[in-house]
Amino acid sequence: MSHATRHTFIAYVEDLPGVLNRVTSLLRRRNYNIVSLTVGRTERPGVSRMTIVLDADDDGARRIEANLYKLVNVLWVENTSEAATMVRELALIKVRADANIRSEVMRLCDVFRARVVDVGPEALVAEITGTGDKIDGLVDVLRPFGLVEMVRTGVVAMVRSAEATADRVPLSTRPPPPDDMRAA
Amino acid sequence: MAEGGSSGARSEGTRTGAEIMWEVLGREGVDVVFGYPGGAIMPVYDAMLKYSIRHVLVRHEQGAAHMADGYARASGRVGVALATSGPGATNLVTGIATAMLDSIPIVCITGQVSSRLIGSDAFQETDITGVTLPITKHNYLVTRVEDIAPTIREAFYVARSGRPGPVLVDITKDAQQASIDFVWDGRPVRLPGYRPDHRARPEDVKRAADMIDHSERPIVFCGHGVIAAGAGELVGEFVEKTGIPVASTLLGLGGFPATHPLSLGMMGMHGEAWVNRAIQESDLIVALGMRFDDRVTGKLETYAPRAKKIHCELDPAEINKNVHVDLPLVGDVADTLRALLPALSKSHRSAWLARIHELKGDSAVRDIQTLPHCGRLFAAHVLHDLWRITEGKALVVTDVGQHQMWEAQYYKHDFPRKLITSGGLGTMGFALPAAIGAKLAKPEEEVWVVVGDGGFQMTAAELSTCAQEGIKIHVAVINNGYLGMVRQWQQFFYGGRYAATPMRGPDFVKLADAHGLLGMRVTERDQIPAVVATARAAKETAVIDFRVEQEDSVYPMVAAGADLHDMIRRPSPIVETADDD
Repeated sequence: MSHATRHTFIAYVEDLPGVLNRVTSLLRRRNYNIVSLTVGRTERPGVSRMTIVLDADDDGARRIEANLYKLVNVLWVENTSEAATMVRELALIKVRADANIRSEVMRLCDVFRARVVDVGPEALVAEITGTGDKIDGLVDVLRPFGLVEMVRTGVVAMVRSAEATADRVPLSTRPPPPDDMRAA
Repeated sequence: MAEGGSSGARSEGTRTGAEIMWEVLGREGVDVVFGYPGGAIMPVYDAMLKYSIRHVLVRHEQGAAHMADGYARASGRVGVALATSGPGATNLVTGIATAMLDSIPIVCITGQVSSRLIGSDAFQETDITGVTLPITKHNYLVTRVEDIAPTIREAFYVARSGRPGPVLVDITKDAQQASIDFVWDGRPVRLPGYRPDHRARPEDVKRAADMIDHSERPIVFCGHGVIAAGAGELVGEFVEKTGIPVASTLLGLGGFPATHPLSLGMMGMHGEAWVNRAIQESDLIVALGMRFDDRVTGKLETYAPRAKKIHCELDPAEINKNVHVDLPLVGDVADTLRALLPALSKSHRSAWLARIHELKGDSAVRDIQTLPHCGRLFAAHVLHDLWRITEGKALVVTDVGQHQMWEAQYYKHDFPRKLITSGGLGTMGFALPAAIGAKLAKPEEEVWVVVGDGGFQMTAAELSTCAQEGIKIHVAVINNGYLGMVRQWQQFFYGGRYAATPMRGPDFVKLADAHGLLGMRVTERDQIPAVVATARAAKETAVIDFRVEQEDSVYPMVAAGADLHDMIRRPSPIVETADDD
């Protein structure tokens, strides 16, 4: 087995109940640990988009792609690891910052182009968007002040290409499910 | 959807969901379903009486799934099992997993509690789509009556297309009970994200032909995919043209005739010793429809070290999973062979065949059946004699364990779909119910169950099903009073400590009698022909209790994780010989 590296997959899936479960069950069953997984709607009704990050060797990554395609509800998969890709994550970081140190914390946030979205007497909340590394960098410099709470969205990715996904992803021909059954 | 018109859909009047289910099964060509009623599936059972599809009442839902599986393996058509919610559905699980591991097309339909009760831990509620998610090719929860017809059609399509597999459809009781205007849409099923068919690229086929033409010590592997694709005759043409010998996986047996001069026999853990050694010496493996299971390869680091590997396989996810291959040809095996055949040169490989003959001479497994009568009954005697008496034409359904390996070694299958066995999951209790399914798929076949005393006791209640349904099969119980394969492992690898392997069974002759079936016992080899003749002449299912040598082992054996050429051989005094007769 060759060396495991980080892979980022984009998967278009049908927006039907249980599809997220099918994807995660597949990865669990094949013994992969998910680093990050995000899911949301796309520009097309009835189609959701997942960004899945995990560590695998090259053969394993190819088999993950093949196995994802075997799921009936998966429309299209791309391993973006070799494409020119934009990768972004969003984090909200609540850090201790009373009046004495608030300006220093805000200056650091500024350096990282994080926005301060809430300020209280004892703490402030910074919002940052960027690669995982950039967020890690901000977290490292804020940690000495005291991290109160942090939430990260997980990674979303998009390939730098003018090709419309609609040209690549087959159209869903199913009738839409009733609204009360619609869930990721 | 509009009535009639260009859509191909037309209204057929008002039907309940339960009736629609039977209508769709009929249009899918289903002639028999195997099932067990219960609360959440009662509307379906009530509607059943209006339809002509045969229902076989099983004694345990595991039996229903195995019967559907045996039906599918014998016929190549989709088998159908029916069960209620909760325990009825969970009892199917072992049978579904068995079908999943061996890529068998079955559709399991389960009743579910009414949609308003889902999630409330209602009586006999189980999240069966959740439970079976990792052991089905796909599954569905249907809560609306209008979804029943399209979902069942889709389930059949998914089960049989591409690499086949089990599909479960869970239908809530209220959906079964509700009525709608039944609209039949006969157009082919189209699923946007499901692309089961692949075709090898022409340049890769050309490369494969070059590799084959330039090989000196090639072997063809015949796997289950050959049988699933109906590619047996194409394999025959391939072999005639190239002169390349064929080794089979357990599930590939019968895909290429065992009595063909270029058939080497089974490979792997209990394969013929010369086959495993030939694999280790080969310079090219052409693997057809198989997945390099650990029971086939032994230790991967030392597996076929000199061989380039061409992997013809329908499922791209199988490529480079266990063994790194030099050239994958992803596609249906029959399509791939059709493309490959014209590109191949005609050749002979006499030096290589002479070398294999040399290996064969010093390492045959066909050892015991040639012994003169010695007062002891070996399982090999039974299987060899059954093969001779039935002229190799029976449809044999085996269970799992020593008898399964002896069957594979001693009953030579010349035809596809004549050996039915649980290869991937290794499910004890499989044989009897699977044989019932096989017999109903192929009533004209002589069906033999070959089962150990352990596995037989797991599902022996299905003898009742044979009696009630008037099903005529033959059951050969290879009775050694042990869980023999585990005992063998204990003997070889656990210091001979027989923990929980000695097993006392009932009197199988009386058990048969209690079911109104014919029971007989064999303790010596020369009783076999007469007893088999009596069984074949009987109207009812016959159970034959073969009291075989208790502590015999299956040889040769490659220990789990050992090198493929490192085989445990039968110790003297029984002399090994390659002669069959």
